[in-house]
Amino acid sequence: MHNLLMMLQEPAAAVTALNNNALLGGGIGMGLAIIGAGIGIGRIGGQAVEAIARQPEASADIRGAMILTAALIEGVTLAALVFALLFKLIK
Amino acid sequence: MIQAPDIGKVILEHTADSKIVELPFGLGEWHLPGPWYIPGTHIDVSPTRHVVLMGVAAILVFLTIWSAGRSVAKRHREGKAPRGFGAAVEAMVLFVRDDVAMVSIGHGGEKFVPLIETLFFFILYCNLLGLLPWSATPTGNIAVTAGLALVAFVVIEVSGMLALGPKGYLKTIVMVPPGMHGFGAVAMAFLMTPIEIIGKIVKPFALTLRLFANMTAGHFVILALMGLIFLFGSWLIAGGTVLFILFMMCLELLVAFLQAYIFALLTAVFIGLMQHEH
Repeated sequence: MHNLLMMLQEPAAAVTALNNNALLGGGIGMGLAIIGAGIGIGRIGGQAVEAIARQPEASADIRGAMILTAALIEGVTLAALVFALLFKLIK
Repeated sequence: MIQAPDIGKVILEHTADSKIVELPFGLGEWHLPGPWYIPGTHIDVSPTRHVVLMGVAAILVFLTIWSAGRSVAKRHREGKAPRGFGAAVEAMVLFVRDDVAMVSIGHGGEKFVPLIETLFFFILYCNLLGLLPWSATPTGNIAVTAGLALVAFVVIEVSGMLALGPKGYLKTIVMVPPGMHGFGAVAMAFLMTPIEIIGKIVKPFALTLRLFANMTAGHFVILALMGLIFLFGSWLIAGGTVLFILFMMCLELLVAFLQAYIFALLTAVFIGLMQHEH
């Protein structure tokens, strides 16, 4: 596997192997972070809708809690994205 | 012939800080004065674009609240309910006071209401300024959000020290779960103290990073989509992309309000946690 990566990088003589691996790591990191956010916010949405279906008069409270929790999870995800961006920007 | 611009450079130019302020309506550019170094160091304290826009946001906050307050007071003197712009601003101020500050801080929360209101309105105006053409987002600069989080950190810790006294404040760091004595208590204190200290530092850091990343990510996406138009150079793709960009800007509007609310809410919650530790 390691040899395969090295062989793929032979033609790209201008860019160093380190830079390519950094881009690869950054891309994979971003993808994993987005998967985590998607699962988390999807679960929040699903359980919030279920809760509203069980008790429609509490829907305002549930909506508020849902938006707050979704924003907190977004915060963590975007922190991961900023750090992954760092991999591209560091030479 | 389509020019393919360096999209990365354009994105960084539009989101990062610079010494040039672009004036709207084609009035040109304003080059800000050169580096002013603190004597004896290499620290540059001259104004940049984000500093000027923070000043604009501060003036706008002042004008909004002042004019709304005067119109509400005038209608109160006449014995009528407020109306128009004053009523809208009053609704937002009361929302932040009742549903954000007082609920989270509880008893003795009136002291902190001005801080929470200021944080909310200042961050809201800074976020919204980024949506106008020719201007930038001050809160898309990590130094600005770090400054706001530092203010929140100082208020949380100092108010905690004043409310709990030095011994009570130390108990929040060297934390022993209730109901443990003797050797178990000492072991738990050894484990929990570094975690508590790290927790105190991570909370403002998370506030910083959340606000910065939300503001910058929105602008990155919009600018990257605009770059897509130049990359393809066809009218059909341009039409579809412009509609998508419009949708993204509406989402940005929502995110601007939401992030201001979240910052104010989390600061109020942390202050409340320190006040009621006992």
